[in-house]
Amino acid sequence: MSLNKPYTDIPGTTIFDADQSRLGYHLNQFCMSLMKAENRKRFLADERAYLDEWPMSEDQKQAVLARDLNRCLELGGNIYFLAKLGATDGRSFQYMAASMTGMSQEDYAAMMLAGGRSAKGNRKIGDPS
Amino acid sequence: MSQTHARITASVYTSHVPAIGAALDLGKSGNEYWAPLFQGYEPSKQWMQDHTPDVIFLVYNDHATAFSLDMIPTFAIGCAERFQPADEGWGARPVPPVIGHPELASHIAQSVIQQDFDLTIVNKMDVDHGLTVPLSLMCGQPAAWPCPVIPFAVNVVQYPVPSGRRCFQLGQAIRRAVESFDRPLNVHIWGTGGMSHQLQGPRAGLINREFDTAFLDRLIADPAGQADVPHIDYVREAGSEGIELVMWLIARGAMADVAGGPAPRVVHRFYHVPASNTAVGHLILEEQ
Repeated sequence: MSLNKPYTDIPGTTIFDADQSRLGYHLNQFCMSLMKAENRKRFLADERAYLDEWPMSEDQKQAVLARDLNRCLELGGNIYFLAKLGATDGRSFQYMAASMTGMSQEDYAAMMLAGGRSAKGNRKIGDPS
Repeated sequence: MSQTHARITASVYTSHVPAIGAALDLGKSGNEYWAPLFQGYEPSKQWMQDHTPDVIFLVYNDHATAFSLDMIPTFAIGCAERFQPADEGWGARPVPPVIGHPELASHIAQSVIQQDFDLTIVNKMDVDHGLTVPLSLMCGQPAAWPCPVIPFAVNVVQYPVPSGRRCFQLGQAIRRAVESFDRPLNVHIWGTGGMSHQLQGPRAGLINREFDTAFLDRLIADPAGQADVPHIDYVREAGSEGIELVMWLIARGAMADVAGGPAPRVVHRFYHVPASNTAVGHLILEEQ
């Protein structure tokens, strides 16, 4: 039986549901490990070696190394877990959010100051309302 | 007649954006970007000083801090004597430890479970910005928080989160539980998170002022109607993380009017865009 997913037609949005959670378990648990200062230090000293301690897919490891957060989301990452990776890099949440939108951090920050991204045209794929 | 049992006297609603905590902790709350936000909470801090409760029942969500993907409780009640502010990846916030109220928390757990809500009981956990940022907004930067706090964590990380209706009904059960505690405690219930925001993917940065305004209006005047709004409407209209707003319905469900009493009084209402990626909403409702 497949899950009922009414949210797959929302543009630019990956809902972290049971399927994504299963796919991303080790990726997210790796992120979770970065809540400890000694692990952050060890990861930054040799990222590849640290990642190889986790049973993640090669695609997941490459996405982490490239800090490609959209790819991480696609491969089961959850933003609250991925935030630990950003924090390890000393990045703000706004920097991380901007990096997923294809905008520069400056342009993204300006959009937020101007009231944020409008829901209009962003509710449903192919629907401008 | 003197009060013999605990009662809920007010509910407080606020966003819990981590950057707000960072702004306070780093001494940036007076700058051009943050000052308008913190000014919106000045009346709240005064109100909090004038109406300090004996206990705060604080509904929030854990952001992959105490709960990893190893365990994902839908509703978790903190029954410990104290809770440490967590290191969320950039060191723990320099805020006081959170002192719990194990007697009332255990009583609520027992009562609410017997009203058919299957809570997870937590005797040890750290608390993250979801819980400490609302305390900072309402209390400033004291050496100790003004009263004990019962942390109540709701899963809004992995879909599906509990429905608005379930949250609203849970609030009603919590009210009954508080009122059956045989000590004359003054209890606040706080609902936190939201308002519209999306932190992930190409649609990140979504803000919907119309949705948020309508939510606030309806939370005050027609909470039962708002409780029937399905998840998908929040996700589509208020962003994937805007779903946190269902937690406000727990606090709202605990107010007297839902149980047939008088409507609460709106003490304060505030809305501000942006705090980092998020629309900040805030409301204080007092029982009459």
